[in-house]
Amino acid sequence: MQTRRETLKRSAIVAGLLATTGLFPQYALAFNKAAFEAKSLADAFKALGVAAPVESKDVTIVGPDIAENGAVVPFTISTTLAGVKQLLLLVEKNPSVLIAQFNMTDMVEANFVTRSKMGQSSDVYAVAVMNDGRAMFSKKEVKVTLGGCGG
Amino acid sequence: MADPMRIRAKVEGGKTTVRVLMSHEMESGQRKDAAGKFIPAMHISEVSASHNGQVVLTADWGSGVAKNPFLQFNVKGGKVGDKVSVTWKDNKGDTRTDEAVVA
Repeated sequence: MQTRRETLKRSAIVAGLLATTGLFPQYALAFNKAAFEAKSLADAFKALGVAAPVESKDVTIVGPDIAENGAVVPFTISTTLAGVKQLLLLVEKNPSVLIAQFNMTDMVEANFVTRSKMGQSSDVYAVAVMNDGRAMFSKKEVKVTLGGCGG
Repeated sequence: MADPMRIRAKVEGGKTTVRVLMSHEMESGQRKDAAGKFIPAMHISEVSASHNGQVVLTADWGSGVAKNPFLQFNVKGGKVGDKVSVTWKDNKGDTRTDEAVVA
């Protein structure tokens, strides 16, 4: 178990390291540990400082309807909206709901492919956080069959 | 030091598609060992990608990203011969940077 003091100390060290390497120039915040440890969607959005997202057709999530192996589930998250600050991937019923947070720049398209772990069948959310603080989401239900033979 | 990443970068229709396969255990912190104790989480927490030295993407990852993570993203523009580099850092402080040339 980590104490609050250790956590604070660690984030200070990380922030210092990042500052010296200059690797993350647009990185205003250190790694948001609270958000990644959040147990529910509401907690995760709260920890990220994001308003409750609104469903939108302009955000898309592509993934399998049925995942034969919950250890590796590929997802494509993208949006056609302009002025996107972050794209988030969340799995509602995972022990920690927030999977990944992509911080956009002007140089990169709002389209990412990655692979997630899933503990059980769940809704998976793609959330686009806009520069003005609004958030849009789309979701997809993915069934996980642990047997691995495709049900 | 961790194993090298495999990075493929290709120019396609005015953008550069970058595919990265990282080699990392991505231990979730949810599993128990034979003695019934939780195996501590060990996962990549920060990823940064740059194109010709300019940072184009940063990402924060939780323990829910699959083992040996795969990431694909598109950089606007780009041409053959450009350099793409990717850095990750895990929650134990281990870090690795690899570079590839756009094909």
